Amino acid sequence: MRLSGLFWILLVLCAGFTGPARGQGASDLAPPTDLVAADIPNDKGHGVQLTWEPSADASRVQFYEIYRLPYRPPDEGPPLRPEETVDDDWMRVGAVAGGVTAYAQTEGNTTIGAENNPLYVPRDAPTYYRVRARAADGTLSAFTPAVTGIAKGNWFHTQRVNVLVIAFVLGALMLYFIQKAKRGEKIYIRPIPGLSRIDEAIGRATEMGRPILFVLGTGTAAEIATLAGYTILARVAEKTAEYQTPLLVPVNDPVMMVMAKATVKEAYLKAGRPDVYNPDNIFYISAMQFPYVAAVNGLMLREKTATNFYMGVFHAESLLLAEAGSITGSIQISGTDRVAQIPFFVAATDYTLIGEELYAASAYLAQDPKLVGPLKAQDMVKAAILMLAVLGVLEMTVFKTEWIRSLITPH
Amino acid sequence: MKKQLPMFLVFLCGMIMIVQFVVPHEYSQTLFQHSQDFVIVIGVLALPIGIYSLMKSTVTKARREPKERLYSLITIIGFAVMIIAGLKRDWFTSSTSLSSNLFNYILVPAQATLFSMLAFYIASAAYRAFRARTALAAVLLITAFVVMLRLIPMPEPLSTWNAEFVRWILEVPNMAAKRAILIGVGLGAVTYSIKLLLGIERAYMGGD
Amino acid sequence: MPWYDRVLSIDRRWVYLILGLAVVVPVIVEMHIPVTLSREVQAVYDFVSEVRDGELMLLAIDYDPSTMAELHPMAEAIIRQVFEQNGHLLLSSLSQFGPAMTDELITRIAADYGKVHGEDFVFLGYKPYPAITILAMGSDFRVPFPNDYYGNIVDELPMMAGVHNFGDVRGVVALAGGTAADFWIIYGNAKFGVPVALGVTGVMASDYYPYLQAGQLFGLIPGIKGAAEYEQIADRPGEGVRGIPYQTTSHAVILCLIIVTNIAFFAKRAATRRHSQAISSL
Repeated sequence: MRLSGLFWILLVLCAGFTGPARGQGASDLAPPTDLVAADIPNDKGHGVQLTWEPSADASRVQFYEIYRLPYRPPDEGPPLRPEETVDDDWMRVGAVAGGVTAYAQTEGNTTIGAENNPLYVPRDAPTYYRVRARAADGTLSAFTPAVTGIAKGNWFHTQRVNVLVIAFVLGALMLYFIQKAKRGEKIYIRPIPGLSRIDEAIGRATEMGRPILFVLGTGTAAEIATLAGYTILARVAEKTAEYQTPLLVPVNDPVMMVMAKATVKEAYLKAGRPDVYNPDNIFYISAMQFPYVAAVNGLMLREKTATNFYMGVFHAESLLLAEAGSITGSIQISGTDRVAQIPFFVAATDYTLIGEELYAASAYLAQDPKLVGPLKAQDMVKAAILMLAVLGVLEMTVFKTEWIRSLITPH
Repeated sequence: MKKQLPMFLVFLCGMIMIVQFVVPHEYSQTLFQHSQDFVIVIGVLALPIGIYSLMKSTVTKARREPKERLYSLITIIGFAVMIIAGLKRDWFTSSTSLSSNLFNYILVPAQATLFSMLAFYIASAAYRAFRARTALAAVLLITAFVVMLRLIPMPEPLSTWNAEFVRWILEVPNMAAKRAILIGVGLGAVTYSIKLLLGIERAYMGGD
Repeated sequence: MPWYDRVLSIDRRWVYLILGLAVVVPVIVEMHIPVTLSREVQAVYDFVSEVRDGELMLLAIDYDPSTMAELHPMAEAIIRQVFEQNGHLLLSSLSQFGPAMTDELITRIAADYGKVHGEDFVFLGYKPYPAITILAMGSDFRVPFPNDYYGNIVDELPMMAGVHNFGDVRGVVALAGGTAADFWIIYGNAKFGVPVALGVTGVMASDYYPYLQAGQLFGLIPGIKGAAEYEQIADRPGEGVRGIPYQTTSHAVILCLIIVTNIAFFAKRAATRRHSQAISSL
């Protein structure tokens, strides 16, 4: 075992001696030139971008091989410098095809398992690189002179300025319109049939003496559509408390269950009927999509729910739920921001809140200036986007320039 | 205080997320990584509450309605057997274990069956919904018809023409409508998020 | 009751029965349905063709048994192609019931080609919360998966030497039956810049064409038809090609039902119009 180990070490050493000699001796393959190592922008500080000019014999080059000096942790001594090293100290980090003249090395892990990671790119410290060319027949060029790359952690992501600007503009417009609405200026919200029928649907269940089912979808509490679902749940719960109609809320996520209990309980308190609140009506079934659907469909058929609400994130279960509800003859109101599921809900339920209508529910139902103002701001930004899109298309078609595009694309 | 503290937490966490979005530095990314770990921890900690709720509702149902008892019993037994069958990693990963057999011969067919019911429901919904009541409904009907025709063998060159036409439908009118909805959804989501951060939207905590 | 009223108010169970019978037809009668090839599937095939001789790609098995009829044939075809080309495969699963299916699939196919876990392919296993897992994989596969599915330390697997994040794989093909597909686009492609292609169910497919046109996806395999196309391009007919006759007969029946219901609808409208004209002429 030891002998074979020795053999391999010798072989590697031989290769180490012969390799550079072949490359750096009388090689007729010209090396690449003007190697530059720069920090990769907008990263956390463990990446270096290399660029170089192609070899004069570019047509013969099959690969460019990238070498660097390995990382040495501070407790093992100062970082290695090119002038103190021999060829064997350099390690190959990668290779790119002959036509490519750039390479990015990113490595943020100081260790691999228990060992030090020689490929680690330290932040704010030099890493040395050099490149050579390799021809298809194995001929190697000389190395370029070693260059220093210093990776830096960046404090601002310049590619995300556009998102930040839009968010700030939207935020400012929201505050402006909230103030306007607070001063008593009337802000118009177009009628949304799905929301205006909520009271009617609850009334129907009360008249029939049957429960109401509220499904918050199969998303998670971190999704906006689910949170918007809670807004409508609060409204529905307040009404069911007034009418003393049972409200069933089966959920597919324990966190969502806790939130749903809090929402319904608050709504019952607000309606002045905490005595009617039954926490057992809000229960967890399963995190899995289809067992959840099977249980909810069973619930519809057994309890003969008169009104079903589907508000939140839905996937393939949308039609399974809505068709089962249609079989039991329930009034059904649905809302989701999942574009693929909207057609199924439109086909199988009585009213559907399409995309952003679901988010507008709180403003529409409460008519509170604080909630209505942001809706107006959203519409203004949407109008601006629409105008930019039209102008951009016109500019690109008529003038063949891309000024508007470059305005909104970060550089 | 009962409302203000959660709202402050929402604001704080939201601000951290916004800051990490525009700050790529390692410090910010480490903070982001830890916050993501917290989400997993919260999810795992909430699981026992979910299990308790499931068991409680199952038992309550069994007590209240004698007809439900058999189903409740199946739920409880199924739950217990799956937990026991997956207690050890080897039991879970071995292809001949009880866990794998339950998975392959009960769960897989049951889930596939439920998903396949979608085909029947789509047929039924299409039968009821695709009627040319108005001019717009007629356009929808014809479009759906053409798209579905793609899967029916037709003589050439009809088949190629249809495939090209369907691709155009999917890439142009379909995409235009989808992008319009997506822009609305995206802006709505940003607005909703700002409302959440500023504490304007609080219905998910039971309202004011 | 006139015939059109009967047709329009038919009990939905008749529709179920007719469709059920249509699905049975290909079981009895052998059918060969030609499949038209599409550019989006060809793009995925071309990408996988380049994963040869030690090149590495990530195959994400992010679906549950419910959608396996559509997505499993894609996984099988891609794994076989990579192994035939001596490429390397990194597999992960972001759906709860993906791991057991992935394990069965990869173990079976690897045995056919004599491929070894840890050297030719690595199955990282399952982690919940797809968005967070993809984000973590972007920094290092070892963050969400310090151990692989079989409990081995990832660092000790020869294939994983020097493989840290998306920068080290040629691209990702994610076969997804749910939201994981969106997260691969949002985080995998948009945040980390890794080329992503998707294999999705037929119902989901139209949702992802915008991303295809925008270049955020380089390819798309839509449903069982996409799987059949892939098998046809790869000249390896399997479950995808075998599934096409079932899809064809069921679609034909739905088309016929739509025609019938519209004939009845127009007949009723004409009858109502005649009736109201007759009343007004009285």
